[in-house]
Amino acid sequence: MILQLSGVSLSHASGIEALKHIDLTIEAGERVAIIGPSGAGKTTLLRVLATRLQPGAGLVELLDAKPWTLSARARQKLRARIGMIHQAPPLPPRQRVVTAVSAGRLGQWSFLKGMLNLCYALDAAGVREELARLDIADKLFVRCDELSGGQLQRVGIARVLYQAPELILADEPVSAMDPTLAGHTLEVLNQEARQRGTTVLASLHAVDLALTHFERVIGMRDGRIAFDLKPSEVSSEQLTALYANEQLLHDSDPVALAKPHIKPFPECG
Amino acid sequence: MRRLGNPVLLLAILATIALSFGFLELDMGNLASTEGLGQMGKYASRFLSPDFSTAHLLNVGRGALETIAMSAMGTLLAAILGLLLALPAAGRYGWALQGLSRLLLNALRAIPELVWAALMVLAAGLGPNAGTLALALHTAGVLGRLFAEALENTPAEPAEALRGAGGGRVVAFCYGTLPNVWPQILAYSLYRWENNIRMASVLGFVGAGGLGQMLYMSLSLFQEAQAATVILAMLILVLGVELLSYWARQRWVSV
Amino acid sequence: MKAQINDPAGFPRLALSLLAVLLLWPGLNLSELDLKVLVTGDSARTIGKFIAGFWPPAYNSDFVALLYKSTLETLAIATAGMALALLIAIPGALLATRAISLSALSRGGRPVWWAQLLRWPVRIALIGLRSVPEIVWALLFVRAVGLGPTAGVLAIAITYSGMLGKVYAEIFESVDIRPTHALLEAGSSRLAAFAYGILPNAAEELVSYTVYRWECAIRASVVMGFVGAGGLGQQMDLSLRMFAGGEVASLLLTFLLLVLLADVLSRLLRGRLA
Repeated sequence: MILQLSGVSLSHASGIEALKHIDLTIEAGERVAIIGPSGAGKTTLLRVLATRLQPGAGLVELLDAKPWTLSARARQKLRARIGMIHQAPPLPPRQRVVTAVSAGRLGQWSFLKGMLNLCYALDAAGVREELARLDIADKLFVRCDELSGGQLQRVGIARVLYQAPELILADEPVSAMDPTLAGHTLEVLNQEARQRGTTVLASLHAVDLALTHFERVIGMRDGRIAFDLKPSEVSSEQLTALYANEQLLHDSDPVALAKPHIKPFPECG
Repeated sequence: MRRLGNPVLLLAILATIALSFGFLELDMGNLASTEGLGQMGKYASRFLSPDFSTAHLLNVGRGALETIAMSAMGTLLAAILGLLLALPAAGRYGWALQGLSRLLLNALRAIPELVWAALMVLAAGLGPNAGTLALALHTAGVLGRLFAEALENTPAEPAEALRGAGGGRVVAFCYGTLPNVWPQILAYSLYRWENNIRMASVLGFVGAGGLGQMLYMSLSLFQEAQAATVILAMLILVLGVELLSYWARQRWVSV
Repeated sequence: MKAQINDPAGFPRLALSLLAVLLLWPGLNLSELDLKVLVTGDSARTIGKFIAGFWPPAYNSDFVALLYKSTLETLAIATAGMALALLIAIPGALLATRAISLSALSRGGRPVWWAQLLRWPVRIALIGLRSVPEIVWALLFVRAVGLGPTAGVLAIAITYSGMLGKVYAEIFESVDIRPTHALLEAGSSRLAAFAYGILPNAAEELVSYTVYRWECAIRASVVMGFVGAGGLGQQMDLSLRMFAGGEVASLLLTFLLLVLLADVLSRLLRGRLA
């Protein structure tokens, strides 16, 4: 068992109850998709599993540890074993891809190695290998702000592959890609996970991708788990119920990088 | 309201200007009279034959190098100090430290370089060291405030993500935050360096080294020819740095 | 086995770092940078005693009256200097800008060479005026017209006319030229084309920059007194020479207030006029 949630609830500061008494167990090596309408609590669940949010109630167990009973230092160690893929990859626009990807291993590297790698890419070959799996090896020394949204998401995936964690949590990892590329990318991610024995938990808004690429599908709605089935067992009635009243203003997520603003005349001379 | 406000404001501005001239009791008529202009012309004509003797040029060259060194070292020191103060001022270590560092930055900034220089001459003695310290102190206040603003406006996600993947605080800052604020830090520092060259060349008026000290001396000794050379050197210096910094900004900071 | 890939940025970065270190050494040497001097030796004791005298700040009525008068004088120098600067800057900018060139009309925006030749001297004059720091002008004017605020006003007028003129000309050129060209082609005079074609688009930026410069002029006139050009600086110079800590403290506080006030007023004006 690689992760277990029992009775986990969480309310945001705004008072919205994002997770309501979630029970969930995932075994090592499983590849699980989470689907559900926006606002169902998928992202919150992933952030709880990434130990980024502490639940208000309930017990979290990850990789045979209880993160919220650990010291801050030990929790950082644990985090190095968990990889998070973000919908909008949090990459600095002016950073080069090689640096951005190699930052995946900062949790494992010593401070000195991390600083040195900032000046000179120490393992460009290793980074290139991960990029090659996602067909963007040619972007190795390109700056992140020169990439398209789909390329950026693949850089984010490459970073987590390079991190080589035991658990990969992915939040809408392919939302900025066209369907063919999205399918191919998920294929690569799952294949790597299978080979390395990594557990994958990905939230997706495209139901067909979830059904074709994963071996277990969890439907979430209103902060609860609606169903937890094999893809072949998910019926269209269940899907209809899951997405009932879903407003179709799907945020066409701008996976763009903000540019820094420099004031024209900041101070007298 | 707005339509009505602007003419009133304009009148107020004109009245302020008139009051200013009245308060100062400026005698523009006398200045612009043939006698006044003639006197000024005579004084100006003494600057028309700059001293280009080798010895003096070498002196001026050394003064110019000293000025550049003062401004560069002062700006560098200020950028380091400013960044150190900007981190708490951007609210990273709680509100108490934020308020304190902001107060310090504002105080550093509000006191002009020349006043700092006069104080530093008292503290550290005559010479370029006092000027460098004066520039560093004032500029640290200016840059610190700008850096803090940049830090506040930069997205926190990249660094947070790295913390989430087990990275340490410092590496997360260097990989996640620094690349975002780096162009601003560089642009503001370059901009400030450009200003500091101008300032460094006049700090000598209160004894803090550089070209200013030479100019002040030669004017006190009524050596207008030598003074003219120093002024020319200042002009070249200021223009040169402006060109250089323009080029650097185009090259590295164009976003 | 995968081949090692060399980082292409490695060499430039190394070279740049080496260059920086190479430049740092003469820099430290020439600037005689020495932080130790602040905490050791006699001078540290002197300054310690001096700073101890800062409390309480001088507040007797004579000094406060003097402070008040100097503050007003500082503000007046900045305002009068700016007014004179505008008188030079506006015609200068109109002469220097390419935006209202007639010959550029039929030549795709590029004026004929002799017109450019006429513009360059004006431009160079503006840049020259601006590039000599205002306090140098003040020092020169103190010798030409005597001690007092007149020198300060003239110094600000000269320097800021250069700054304003150059930036105004650039602002004129940065706005959309099509309205101006349309007016010129319709036979309007150049000044009219400027007033109707450029001014409406550029007004906001012009006002914003002018107010910002006025704020700078206040800061500049504060220190101008160090060379004898009136205002608060002159008082500061005197108090420093007399080692009057309390007076220096009061003056520093006044600086602080003045700078803050200018900051607030400038923000207000910019918001109001823009």
